[in-house]
Amino acid sequence: MDEVTVRVRDLAKRFGEVHAVQGVSFEVHAGECFGLLGPNGAGKSTTLKMLTTLLPRDGGTIEIAGVPLTGDVTRVRARIGYVPQMLSVDGSLTGYENLLIFAKLYGLRRGERERRIADILELVGLGEAADRLVKTYSGGMIRKLEIGQAILHQPRVLFLDEPTVGLDPVARKGVWEHIERLQQEQNMTILLTTHYMEEAESLCTRIAIMSRGRIAAVGTPAELRAQMGNPDASMDDVFAHFAGSFEHEEGGMKHVFRSRRTARRMG
Amino acid sequence: MSSEAVAPHAEWGKPRHPAVLFLVHVAAILEMEARKLRKDPTELLMRGVQPALWLLVFGQAFSRFRVLPTGSVSYKAFLTPGILAQSITFISIFYGIAIIWERDMGLLQKVATTPIRKSALALGKMLSASIRSLGQAVIILVLALILQIHLHLGALSILGVLLMVILGGAFFSGLSMVIAAIVRTRERMMGIGQLITMPLFFSSNALYPMSVMPGWLKVIATINPMSYLVDGLRGLLIATPDTHFGLDVLVLVVAGLLMLALNTVLYPRILAG
Repeated sequence: MDEVTVRVRDLAKRFGEVHAVQGVSFEVHAGECFGLLGPNGAGKSTTLKMLTTLLPRDGGTIEIAGVPLTGDVTRVRARIGYVPQMLSVDGSLTGYENLLIFAKLYGLRRGERERRIADILELVGLGEAADRLVKTYSGGMIRKLEIGQAILHQPRVLFLDEPTVGLDPVARKGVWEHIERLQQEQNMTILLTTHYMEEAESLCTRIAIMSRGRIAAVGTPAELRAQMGNPDASMDDVFAHFAGSFEHEEGGMKHVFRSRRTARRMG
Repeated sequence: MSSEAVAPHAEWGKPRHPAVLFLVHVAAILEMEARKLRKDPTELLMRGVQPALWLLVFGQAFSRFRVLPTGSVSYKAFLTPGILAQSITFISIFYGIAIIWERDMGLLQKVATTPIRKSALALGKMLSASIRSLGQAVIILVLALILQIHLHLGALSILGVLLMVILGGAFFSGLSMVIAAIVRTRERMMGIGQLITMPLFFSSNALYPMSVMPGWLKVIATINPMSYLVDGLRGLLIATPDTHFGLDVLVLVVAGLLMLALNTVLYPRILAG
């Protein structure tokens, strides 16, 4: 468990005058499920976008599976899997076809491609639905397909951005079980963002609470309670203690629009 | 579910040569488009209605006047390559909307975290529009056959037409993607598309030969890339004597490469939303 899979130092990102992320440092160990918890606008998604090569950073260093994120980003991309908050599969293709196209994008060769797709379909429990168009899938099935799509190339670390946002409680439980199995049976290293306290507590080995672009506290749920000085506190109390109020800094119309639209698509 | 089958950290054989990987990636983007079109060709068929009207109504009516110097060929035959070029241009100039749609959905961001190069993604998308354009070409050529419009449809001429259609579709969709990267929203993209399609069409040689244009229009027609697409197609399909196939291909290839380069540079901009 000592191997460091994700190393982040002094990460910074500015949008004009707004410091979205400032001086964020943390390490994720191999086989760990690490949660970035925080209210909307705390900088979780921005941090994740920088880690997944989608957004250039303004300062700091990122190292993934020993590969620094500089220059040729394709070396890092070959080592990461990413499930964005928004929809990342194509509804007008079948589940199998969505996996096939991404297996090709990840550079898997013909023989291993078919074997790997079959394994993934079985792993995420979509074998029967493989040849159905994804637009006929439920929200939970789509999330499972997206997770399967992101681990086709056996990444060293899997990034999940708000993995259960917009799902009903039953589908949410189903996705949690899958994430737990990935971590426990496959020893997959996972970094996820969430604003659900119970999600972070039930899935994550360690949690970093973000607030206003900084990390307010890091540790296991028990450590966070101890740091707060109240071992009986609920995660909600812990969260409120470290993240401060629920006031949104960058919320606004655009954010509400995005999250509601995501919810509608996924539901 | 065996754990070694999905265990992380496995090495997948020898890494591929970057050039091979580039082609594999372009092919994967094309395959995605082809599979979608095969499942739902409705849009492609609907897009065939407008060119059909131009040939059936406009072409029929205008060929009665015989006012345009179209040489030994009928006006309908003269018009067909123009309508083919128009159809390719119109279908491709709105392709940027599909890109913005994929961006808004999240699919584009997901593709961007795979090892695909920016240039491979841009080229794949441009050629995806070429696939749609090829569908249009088939519809229009079949229609021309049904209407008994006399066209040169030898093997070489058809190959040439396919090349022109691919190049035209790639260039105009590339242009559309550049606009999409600049304006960023579907609504604005729609507006700009509407704004430029008609001027592109009327300032080209699609409906009338350059020889009848006033001086100022000739200048515009000469810098309008659509004129080169029409000229190339017309030379192949009705064998007009004064066409310049080599120049037409060259102009479209250079313009297409310029769009590819611009899209590669602008691509982070469209991702950012």
